[in-house]
Amino acid sequence: MCLAIPARIVDIQEDDRGTVNLGGVRVPVSLALIEEPRLGDYVIVHTGYALSKLDPAEAERTLALMAEAGITTAHPEGAA
Amino acid sequence: MKYVNEFRDGNIARGLAAAVVAETQPGRVYKIMEFCGGHTHSICRYGLEDLLPGNVELIHGPGCPVCVLPIGRLDQAIALARRPEVILCAFGDMMRVPASDRLSLMKAKAEGADIRIVMGSAEALRLARENPAREVVFFAIGFETTTPPTAVAVKQAVGLGLANFSVLCNHVMTPPAIQAILDAEDQGGVRIDGFVGPGHVSTIIGTAPYEPFAAKYRRPIVVSGFEPLDILQSLLMLVRQMNDGRSEVENQFSRAVSAQGNRKAQAICEEVFELRPSFEWRGLGTLPDSALTLREAYAAFDAERRWQIAYAPVPDHKACACADIVRGLKKPTDCKVFGTACTPDSPVGSCMVSPEGACAAYYLHGRFRDAKVG
Amino acid sequence: MSQRPLFPRKLDLENGRVDMSHGAGGKTMAQLVEELFVASFDNPWLARRNDQASVEMPAGRLVMTTDSYVVSPLFFPGGDIGCMAVHGTVNDLAMAGAKPLYLTAGFILEEGFPLKDLKRIVDSMADAARAAGVAIVTGDTKVVERGKGDGVFINTAGIGVAPAGVNPSGERARPGDVILVNGPIGDHGVAIMASRENLSFETSIRSDTAALNTLVAAMVEAVPDIHALRDPTRGGLATTLNEIAHQSGVGMVLREADIPVRAEVVAACELLGLDPLYVANEGKLLAICAAEDADHLLAVMRAHPLGSEAARIGWITTDPHHFVQLETRFGGRRIADWLTGEQLPRIC
Repeated sequence: MCLAIPARIVDIQEDDRGTVNLGGVRVPVSLALIEEPRLGDYVIVHTGYALSKLDPAEAERTLALMAEAGITTAHPEGAA
Repeated sequence: MKYVNEFRDGNIARGLAAAVVAETQPGRVYKIMEFCGGHTHSICRYGLEDLLPGNVELIHGPGCPVCVLPIGRLDQAIALARRPEVILCAFGDMMRVPASDRLSLMKAKAEGADIRIVMGSAEALRLARENPAREVVFFAIGFETTTPPTAVAVKQAVGLGLANFSVLCNHVMTPPAIQAILDAEDQGGVRIDGFVGPGHVSTIIGTAPYEPFAAKYRRPIVVSGFEPLDILQSLLMLVRQMNDGRSEVENQFSRAVSAQGNRKAQAICEEVFELRPSFEWRGLGTLPDSALTLREAYAAFDAERRWQIAYAPVPDHKACACADIVRGLKKPTDCKVFGTACTPDSPVGSCMVSPEGACAAYYLHGRFRDAKVG
Repeated sequence: MSQRPLFPRKLDLENGRVDMSHGAGGKTMAQLVEELFVASFDNPWLARRNDQASVEMPAGRLVMTTDSYVVSPLFFPGGDIGCMAVHGTVNDLAMAGAKPLYLTAGFILEEGFPLKDLKRIVDSMADAARAAGVAIVTGDTKVVERGKGDGVFINTAGIGVAPAGVNPSGERARPGDVILVNGPIGDHGVAIMASRENLSFETSIRSDTAALNTLVAAMVEAVPDIHALRDPTRGGLATTLNEIAHQSGVGMVLREADIPVRAEVVAACELLGLDPLYVANEGKLLAICAAEDADHLLAVMRAHPLGSEAARIGWITTDPHHFVQLETRFGGRRIADWLTGEQLPRIC
């Protein structure tokens, strides 16, 4: 039920409708919950509705932090 | 899949897990509740518990809308579905949940009730347009992630002038459930040291609603994305907060969640829904201001008002421990019927049916761990 | 005196529809059989126009199978109910290491079904049978009232012959054996979903429906003693492996990262909340062989067009619980459980 996945807006139509592309799969979605959707924006899609935009800069930042957490740790004995 | 695959990188996962191992203090137990069923599912799917140290204890929370819906509510849906004029639209997750009289939506369908599995409210709306002679009822369940799509569908129904579409509204809210968990601690509830906060719910409601819990109850909350790296990073952030004695709301899912959330979605929900004074939850009891119903202006689209449906509470099966499991009081293996009378094939309770339920997740993952297979 | 033609007017295969007389056993049915089925399947057995077929069987172990096909929609990207019926039957025989020889085809037609669509299906079956080197030698036709059938249901039976020394079977998996698959999984189920009215997405995924008999022939020639072969249709790879694990009384471990899945199938499954491990395939097989045969078998599979993406995906273990476990990308483990059943109705 919590299934929501980021996908890229590839088409915007009238009436808050649009099409997103996830890994080559195109799906129609409702954009009614998004402020000013633009082609190329990434949105989180849930049950056929885009819930919010994804911020690419924040995504990069988060990934960098994640990668860093591994580098700065000394090698442990191993997970219990 | 961009913004998905990167957050599933095995090497980074190992690094994050190692960091968690390195930073947990030996001898200290970190009891962390992941509120959301989606997180439970992800933890199970990626085998994350295997990567964590033994003193990080993950407790599955009540954030699974299928799991917390009481039998009485499901009975209402089944009763409606059995009316010949009704087409009941339900999420697939609900189909096999046991209701009263040994029924389920799946069994009622086999007996002739017109029940259709839909992926969302838009499909239910489409069915209403395609079947003008029938009454289409959307069985709406879900936390705040799923509420805005229902609100949009109701508004579209207004715009289309549909006379045959209604919603059986069972939308529930996250902050009251978190509060119920925390309040229960004094009455024999489980003591939670920190929370992995729901991700997609928070795209809608923002992180602000969690601030009172962090402040009043002094517990750290990290709002987390659903990919395995997100969860691992969130656990690391929680461990650090606990080590430091901090109790803050942190936003790990910053790429999709902001402090104020999705104002447009909130406004649409505010327009269509209002709070129910009280609502019964499995496991958490009857909570005030914890669930939604349609406003008077939208009464025509409210199935409960349309068919004058009353609510009659129905207790769970005697042997079912779902009520204790959704609030972390029991583990699935503590349930007397777990894995024996209650399996995904023949579920006794909702937690075994939903892919996000603790029992279903544990049956897939935990039962193997207990079996100590090499 | 010149003979009157048996059927004065040809069937209207363009605009005609199946009606109750086509199943009544009389002349109209005979015409349907003649002008549609016999014409398309076109082989010496059907040409004899008996209710049964007499066939010569080469030496070897006789292998039989039966299947019914109720897929909806009838036509989907990559195939249709007709070719799927041939492929599925041929594959069941091939999974015993048998060379498929003869098929039967029974049709249950719904009153009102367009003859144009029926011809399309029958021609597709004929093409599939020819390509697989099998003949559809006998059949049956019934018609049910409108509303009592979903267009077309097809039932088949198949017979083939397996040579001595070739005996793949579900109870023969042994600890230490290797598990192989011939290509990416999940294509068929996702292609069906994409065609269904109530699932709205366009993908370039096509059903993988295919006859695997020539691939199997190459495989058993190289490694006659393959322990088990099975095609993971409904329920997917995980269900099939669970079946074999229980039959053989063993456990299995799969490496998630080694299981081939097309990127678009992964994406479609994400959107639908499905696990590719449980999605149906119609052109895939799982092979379980002794460890020392694995490299050779894999090479032979990869040399065949239907095995070009073949991969080693796991191994058999000793496990009293008969779990099929998955090693995730992170080194964690989870069970790929034997689930209740297919989430999607009628995809095969």
